[in-house]
Amino acid sequence: MKTAVIVFPGSNCDRDIAVALEAVTGTKPHMVWHGDSELPQGLGLIALPGGFSYGDYLRCGAIAARSPVVRAVVEAADKGMPVIGICNGFQVLTETGLLPGALMRNSGLNFVCRDVPLTVDNSQSIFTSAYRSGEAITIPVAHHDGNYFADAETLDRIEGEGRVAFRYAADINGSARNIAGVLNKAGNVLGMMPHPERRIEAAHGGTDGRRLFEGLLEAVA
Amino acid sequence: MKLRIIVTLKNGVLDPQGKAIQHALGGLGFEGVEDVRAGKIFELELADSTSDAAVDEMCRKLLANTVIENYRVEKL
Repeated sequence: MKTAVIVFPGSNCDRDIAVALEAVTGTKPHMVWHGDSELPQGLGLIALPGGFSYGDYLRCGAIAARSPVVRAVVEAADKGMPVIGICNGFQVLTETGLLPGALMRNSGLNFVCRDVPLTVDNSQSIFTSAYRSGEAITIPVAHHDGNYFADAETLDRIEGEGRVAFRYAADINGSARNIAGVLNKAGNVLGMMPHPERRIEAAHGGTDGRRLFEGLLEAVA
Repeated sequence: MKLRIIVTLKNGVLDPQGKAIQHALGGLGFEGVEDVRAGKIFELELADSTSDAAVDEMCRKLLANTVIENYRVEKL
């Protein structure tokens, strides 16, 4: 499967996700610079990596969401292209409007950087098919602005539509209903604060993250 | 023309930074600080021909995230 990683000024997990995607797909991803206005042809997945795009100026992900390449990503997503946004990538996806809600400063105001237990809420999506619904997994987080917010009506709607992919097993950042990862309505776009690409080898302490990419490869291949 | 755009968090959206500032003011000995909400101010210098509709679009498309924030525009 051909994949692309979008690289912004200030991205810092672009190489981690590239290593994870190559390990799982056997093919090096295309690294696409933020100023490009066209995506490579024949992609099976676009990844928006973690980091601090544009120095988090204005709001986390706000400037990246208006960059030329992200306009192309939004167009591709609207046509059904699988897109995953991790950490800053999740913030970018909410800023584009592809995903509902917003990510605010952690309620405890601290940068949280540690392994966290998650629960898989929905194992029916292309991103979560390798997990079982309700399964407990462990994936690291590293963020300052991961406090998921949406109004009650939106939260009820996304829960009702099975669009919560992952929840924190316990509150770590104040997120509404402990939401850690959200799908779009069509199910081809996932945003999540935890970093599955940092959990792909036994040396990372486990491979719970690798299963996301393996399941995705199987689901879309 | 010069405009000032004030972006504030919507009511009901928790503001952890505002809370931290409130506690810090309490820590400095100021009593009766019942709430603090942090926001942002932008000062824009625009061509006189810029329409109100364009300014509104600037706010909605970039300066404010209307999921969590309100904005208001003041002419300077």
